[in-house]
Amino acid sequence: MHTFDLTLDRLTKVEGSASLEVRVTRNRVEHVHFKITEYKRFFTQAIRGKPIVALPQLLARICGTCSNAHLLASIEACERALNITPSPQTILLRILTMYGLAIRDHALHLYLFSLPDIYGKDAFLDFDENNPEEHQLLHDGFAVKAAGNFLATLVAGRSVHAVHPTIGGFLHFPEEKGIAEAIKKLEEARPAALRLIEIFKSAPFHFDRHTNFMALIPERYGFLTGSIATSSGERIPEERFGEHLERTVLPYSQASAYQHEGQSYMVGALARMNLAKDRLHPRTRETLGAALSLFPSTDIFYNNLAQAIEILHSIDDATDILKTNTFRPEPIIQKPTRRAIGVGVIEAPRGTLYHRVSIGDDGVVREGEIVVPTGQNQINIEEDIFRLVGDLIPETPKEKIAFEIEKLIRAYDPCMSCAAHFLKIDWQEGPRRPLTPLPRK
Amino acid sequence: MNFEANLPNGSMTAAGKIKIGWFSFSCCEDNTIVMTEVMNEHWQEWKKLFDFRHARVLKSKNVLDELDIAFIEGAIASDKQAANLREIRAKSKKLVAVGACAVVGMPAGQRNFFDEKQRQEIEFLLARFAALPKVLKVSDIVKVDAEVPGCPMEPDKFLEVVNRVVDELKAKVQA
Repeated sequence: MHTFDLTLDRLTKVEGSASLEVRVTRNRVEHVHFKITEYKRFFTQAIRGKPIVALPQLLARICGTCSNAHLLASIEACERALNITPSPQTILLRILTMYGLAIRDHALHLYLFSLPDIYGKDAFLDFDENNPEEHQLLHDGFAVKAAGNFLATLVAGRSVHAVHPTIGGFLHFPEEKGIAEAIKKLEEARPAALRLIEIFKSAPFHFDRHTNFMALIPERYGFLTGSIATSSGERIPEERFGEHLERTVLPYSQASAYQHEGQSYMVGALARMNLAKDRLHPRTRETLGAALSLFPSTDIFYNNLAQAIEILHSIDDATDILKTNTFRPEPIIQKPTRRAIGVGVIEAPRGTLYHRVSIGDDGVVREGEIVVPTGQNQINIEEDIFRLVGDLIPETPKEKIAFEIEKLIRAYDPCMSCAAHFLKIDWQEGPRRPLTPLPRK
Repeated sequence: MNFEANLPNGSMTAAGKIKIGWFSFSCCEDNTIVMTEVMNEHWQEWKKLFDFRHARVLKSKNVLDELDIAFIEGAIASDKQAANLREIRAKSKKLVAVGACAVVGMPAGQRNFFDEKQRQEIEFLLARFAALPKVLKVSDIVKVDAEVPGCPMEPDKFLEVVNRVVDELKAKVQA
């Protein structure tokens, strides 16, 4: 009969700082506390009183790994507040920026964080160069990451806290030589992405629990536009997204958690694949065939497979865009400031990211709100762990339970830097309440 | 950049590797991402030359014993973090602050500049999680041997500082 407290002080091979506390009494799980332990940096306070032009670069600093997602979500929110419609070329450059991010970020998670679990290693750098399979994976991992990094740097200026995207357009445009090199690197990375998909398709880890999914679904599979779809068939316009989320305070965590209609849900690559796999790039669909029939799925470990497929899609669509478009300098679109609220919603690598900004006639930020993917997944993660631990006791040793929990959390690819640094500070412990609604038109 | 040319003649560890620690405090961890991007081009050298003793982003089995170089990103937001930083300093031959939050305390320390109203709004959260009244930069707490500024740090500057610190370690071993 198991009675124990299990504490993981700091989870490893994830972005940011989190810990976990599980209490088991007489083979019954009493509680699971997934604690995001990053110290808050109070961005939602800090943006008040700032000119709108300063907002995107400041909010990119919420998170290093997702910075370009925050940058583009904030730019979209600011443009909507200012009634700016970006040019078709700007949209293409933003799509490419997101592809660069998705390739690099998913590759970091899959190769450096998740693959060691499958191969029984502590770290990706522990892979043996003398073992042909591990040698190949080492070279694959860094080549795929480098291809994504190169694409983001070419288009956006940097892969972290990019300097070219701005409100109303881009400050710099990719040149032909760089475009040719990007295409070469992406095409060279494609076979590696296929090998990665095979690994995660046949990976031995599975955990299935029915839950709900939510993602922004564009016409063509991607990360920037569309309306929000749920696995129960709802469609929510971007500007109404905040109204459909209920903030939940977990007093032991530095981050807010969220529910939708009183239930937990999941965002991220698995949600996107479940809801929009038929919109992947035609070459991706043609290449993968049967692998796509694994979706829709409620197996959280298929989040890894979905990320690997998104690397392939990003390579295919980015290559297509780079080959079929010419990029020319164009002016930044500017509009006079006005009192308004703007909402930007995009699919960050880890899921739906929501930025809302309210500005005055003077173009100064009055207040804002940000909802990040890991905050939305937090309750789902806890509920999964609750079930997982319940399934594992009484026969599994405590150390093995700890490893299984960490592996499961890793499959979500949580980002604690994001989750802890955006909080509204007027939250109260106790009942959930919806986010601040937009004025209805 | 060729690290091999700068390896100390005497080995830093029994395996001949330089013992590295990579630690993140209050920040967005952009420098961690830049470090993993620099690794794209240098992983084969680093695999031979560096023993990552403590780097939670890279591995699960982390050891905080004697380090040759400790890289610190992020500002210090609590007494617990300050104590952890002092322990790292005591166990490291060289300590390098990387990125703006570690070097100048910003933007992680933006609450230091909040007005009275903003401070009142966040006070209960600072109390709940035992945060320091003011966020501190790394050099406010421990001696820093080298700095790599930037938000995020520049990869070339990072490599230059790593090379220099390795040189200094080499000189010390030879002395």
